[in-house]
Amino acid sequence: MSGVRFLLDGGVVEIAQVDPTATLLDHLRYRLGRTGTKEGCAEGDCGACTVLVGELDGDAIAWRALNSCILFLPMLHGKALLTVESLGKEDALTPLQACMAANGSSQCGFCTPGFVMSLHGRCIGARGHDLPVADIVAGNLCRCTGYGPILEAAESVPTLPQDDAGTVAALRGIASDQTVAGGDGARRWFIPRTATALADLLAAHPDARLVAGATDVGLWVTKGLQTLETLIFIGDIAELQAIAEGPEGLTVGAGVRYADAHAAFARLHPDMGELVRRIGGLQVRNAATVGGNIANGSPIGDGPPALIALGASLTLRSAMGRRTIALEDYFLAYGQQDRRPFEFVESVHIPRPAATDIILIGKLSRRFDSDISAVCGAIRLGMEGERIVEARVAFGGMAATPSRALACEGALTGQSLTQATIADAVAALGEDYDPLSDVRGSAAYRIEAAASLLWRLWHRESGAPASLLALEAEHG
Amino acid sequence: MAERDPGLLACTKPSNPHDSAALHVSGLARYADDLPEPAAMLHLAFGQSKEAHARITAIDLAAVRAAPGVVAVYTAADISGANDVSPVAGDDRLLADGEVICVGQPIFLVAATSQRAARQAARLGEIAYEPLPAHLTIADARAAASLIEPTQRMARGDAAAALAQAPHRLTGGFDMGGQDHFYLEGQVAIATPGEDGQMHVLSSTQHPSEVQHLVAHMLCRRSADVTVEVRRMGGAFGGKETQAALFAAAAALVADKTGRPAKFRCDRDDDMVMTGKRHDFRVDYETGFDAQGRVLALKLRLASRCGATVDLSPAINDRAMFHADNCYHLPAIEIISERLKTHTVSATAFRGFGGPQGMLAIERIMDDVAAHLGIDPIDVRIANLYGPGRDVTPYDMQLTDNIAPQLIARLRADARYDARRQAIAAFNARNPVLKKGIALTPVKFGISFTTTHLNQAGALVHVYADGSIQINHGGTEMGQGLYIKVAQVVADVFAVPVGQVRITATRTDKVPNTSATAASSGADLNGMAAYNAAMTIRDRLTAFAARSFGCGEKAVRFSDGAVQIGTEWMGFGDLCRKAHMGRISLSSTGYYATPDIAYDRAAHKGRPFYYFAYGAAVAEVAIDTLTGEHRVLAVDILHDVGKSLNPVIDIGQIEGGFLQGQGWLTTEELVWDDKGRLLTHSPATYKIPTASDRPRHLSIQLWDGENVQPTINRSKAVGEPPFMLAISVFSALHQAIAAVAPDKRALPPLDAPATPERILRAIADHRAA
Repeated sequence: MSGVRFLLDGGVVEIAQVDPTATLLDHLRYRLGRTGTKEGCAEGDCGACTVLVGELDGDAIAWRALNSCILFLPMLHGKALLTVESLGKEDALTPLQACMAANGSSQCGFCTPGFVMSLHGRCIGARGHDLPVADIVAGNLCRCTGYGPILEAAESVPTLPQDDAGTVAALRGIASDQTVAGGDGARRWFIPRTATALADLLAAHPDARLVAGATDVGLWVTKGLQTLETLIFIGDIAELQAIAEGPEGLTVGAGVRYADAHAAFARLHPDMGELVRRIGGLQVRNAATVGGNIANGSPIGDGPPALIALGASLTLRSAMGRRTIALEDYFLAYGQQDRRPFEFVESVHIPRPAATDIILIGKLSRRFDSDISAVCGAIRLGMEGERIVEARVAFGGMAATPSRALACEGALTGQSLTQATIADAVAALGEDYDPLSDVRGSAAYRIEAAASLLWRLWHRESGAPASLLALEAEHG
Repeated sequence: MAERDPGLLACTKPSNPHDSAALHVSGLARYADDLPEPAAMLHLAFGQSKEAHARITAIDLAAVRAAPGVVAVYTAADISGANDVSPVAGDDRLLADGEVICVGQPIFLVAATSQRAARQAARLGEIAYEPLPAHLTIADARAAASLIEPTQRMARGDAAAALAQAPHRLTGGFDMGGQDHFYLEGQVAIATPGEDGQMHVLSSTQHPSEVQHLVAHMLCRRSADVTVEVRRMGGAFGGKETQAALFAAAAALVADKTGRPAKFRCDRDDDMVMTGKRHDFRVDYETGFDAQGRVLALKLRLASRCGATVDLSPAINDRAMFHADNCYHLPAIEIISERLKTHTVSATAFRGFGGPQGMLAIERIMDDVAAHLGIDPIDVRIANLYGPGRDVTPYDMQLTDNIAPQLIARLRADARYDARRQAIAAFNARNPVLKKGIALTPVKFGISFTTTHLNQAGALVHVYADGSIQINHGGTEMGQGLYIKVAQVVADVFAVPVGQVRITATRTDKVPNTSATAASSGADLNGMAAYNAAMTIRDRLTAFAARSFGCGEKAVRFSDGAVQIGTEWMGFGDLCRKAHMGRISLSSTGYYATPDIAYDRAAHKGRPFYYFAYGAAVAEVAIDTLTGEHRVLAVDILHDVGKSLNPVIDIGQIEGGFLQGQGWLTTEELVWDDKGRLLTHSPATYKIPTASDRPRHLSIQLWDGENVQPTINRSKAVGEPPFMLAISVFSALHQAIAAVAPDKRALPPLDAPATPERILRAIADHRAA
């Protein structure tokens, strides 16, 4: 047994006995007295608790903006941490802070440290921060300012040279390539470093809860007030974080964070990149993994419908070996997946679409950014000339699991892409789905919204402008 | 240096940053939960009602008491004094007593050694209920004639007769949703027991005096025994005007019972379930008008869901009536205002305080009239504006400061409204999927508490012998920049840099009997009170200087941190030290009460407002007619803050208010189920605008004018009015939807908020109409 060690402003913080689900936010605020980091929601949706977490990446540090409210302390083991207190003090502000202080970027000020940290990440070249400023702060809510001054401040400040040499050396000093374990009484946690070690741990602890980014499990703790007994954190297994990109397709390790997969997904198809851009805010994409998004079996899960439409397969692994299944077959029923207790999701493989494929991926939600879909859908049409020779259509939010629209696919296959074909495909959706009415939309709306994606595809292929966001960009 | 007329303070104000800006960006600004916790601190959570309306037949708290970390558990029976946390009516229980009247209502209170322990234990309570009939919606309550107060009527002329004679008539109606405040800092209070029965409460509240009084009554103490303090809130927007009292009272109860400091920091989901929101309204109207769209008669019915208790609903609904004219002269009008009592959390104050709902109603009517006649809505709006000879409101107040016509004309030109409307028509004609809309809507917002006695404020200014100045007043800082505005006023009086003024936390032991910081009145009232306090001291210093140097008082001038006395110059600090040695008091209170206002609520006639603030916005939107999604593409705002006390702060209020209003009317949907449970109780499901929802083009200009009333610096209030500029977005969405069937002489039936689902439904209904 050992404790958690991490770097904070150059010093090593050691915590001997660690509750496996103690959050970094609570530790900062109520143990370390670092109260600049705020709790706005305790579920990763408002960004008031944003910190920057760095980990070794070769000879450099990869910094990531993360929500500390749903970051369990063991996940910080072997990492470096920057909080708002690590930056400029009142009389020696960073250029970003000084600009924000002068231009009205804060009113009540409660969300401000979170914005400062998200945007400081941009200044120091943190991972995933090569985005428009509005995207970087999509996971930071401000209720006072209307955001204008914040965006303006971010655009106006220079990058900050970040000397991470000392951090690299210090992190190497506390790094270990062995499984780390710890606990607090009967409650235990493990951080394996290899997939083999993970398989062995799971064989020994089949009831253990696997945690990748904790963007879902975190809420079981902060909102569900659950007490989880044994946790295995899989965020430090390098093998699971590999992305293999080739002409035949993309193989994404289960531990790859959405932010890290964003570019590769976008190269698969632009709609896929846009979909990833709208999964959570940056802090969520910096934590949430492609594998976790699949493994937790959400009926909405923004990733799976698109991956199913693209023909993805899933590889599960255990101490006994591997098996590979079609992704759609993984989702058995609501809350039930085809994963045995000792298995873990190892990777997902997505074949590269043909250049002639017609693809449309769409997410419909009340708010464009950082919202959960009412309906999320994807359509891939394999074409031979004018004829649709293969159709894969999948939706989330329409049934108890992400699933294919087989009747709809049937209506499309073998036809040419005409208004009549789309009308038939839309009519077939009623055979495929009998959605629920809930807080995100009524059943009738869901059917109509799903149909709208098919119509959007048709309008797009017939050349009519159909993208609100493209229209918006004209006003930029 | 300030003139004797407070309307003539220094002409151009520098935009001093928010006084805490450097603290905000460095994480050093302390909010209530940021103070170090004493080891003995107890943490609190409520056991909440799962029923909307029920008699409590049994409470079993054995498991709660036995849970790890639990120190004490209290029910209504443990409250020795008044079990009341209401602002006016005495009907908000701290802990339910025999009956629950909404889901989430507190039934018992857990004190534990950690927040998690308290929350976990609170879920273990076993409550047995005998369900009673519950009215959850406006329709339910109306059917049951369930009201929080009698239906109110504001009228002028004979609306029915004028309707009958009008050349054109139409009827219509729509629903608008409520809104959660979503202040980023949730409700929080810390109570610390003092010696001899005293209690100190640090509360995130807009109304420290009310918290003080309620805590005192609850504990059977006098007001003088309880001190309430607030340095800053992490946002409030009206949500901490009355709602903070519940948490402060709970903390005080535990602190009093246990003798230990107690903190109630409410979880976000609990906060959204348990605290009040903006009122949702049902609007129905019948209007008669001429061929130009000039309204000749209007019968307007405003029905609001007030929730389970009275709270501030009477005044909020009054304000909805007061703003149902907006900028328009409505010669024959009858407004019926129903205040419905439902078994849902009591609706409360929220930026605009009913004004947005009343104003949205009349703007909808303007759009409806325009659609009916097939003319540009801007022409209908202009035809109906108040003007010479048509300048008396339905409540008989004469307008003396109407700038709406000029302001609208300027914005119409600056924003190129007419050219853009033409371009949009062309765009819509060639685009089958995407449709655009544009609208210009004005705002006229009445400034003053309509409950007249609330329009008063006090301040306390100390000048120390070194020339440093401390300012305290009854207003609270929730991010709106009140503290820096008032500090500027005081600095101007003494002609010293604003940095010489130390701003201190609002405390009931410094300035007593304060009104809530609300109704946009913070700077008007407290700025003037602070001005009066500072002037009292300056007059003493002037008299002392004149006496000491043997010159006339007119020869004493305060300028640039120094004082000219006859031909001599002296530093301000030097004069203060001399004055202290000369036994001159350098401390003073100041007081201000808004003049000239009076209102007869029984008749709904009088002058409830000291003045009006004006503004207008042009919004251009686009919708996707397949999915119902929309984007707000461009917004141009021209807004009147009088002579600004601080332009950067004022523009910040305008932009923030606008986007909050846009959220109310677009993405922020509150959803309740058929048991009265709120389903949208976290940011996962309740969506306030993000940075990308801000229009890509957002221009904000300040109207170049001054308040006709002698307010501080001739400025105008700015907190609430800009919220209603966002009505332009809702109006533009109607125009975009109408473009799917441009020849129809009808307004698309869109309810608020305009979610994709509602827009899609409105498109279908409009096509079918």
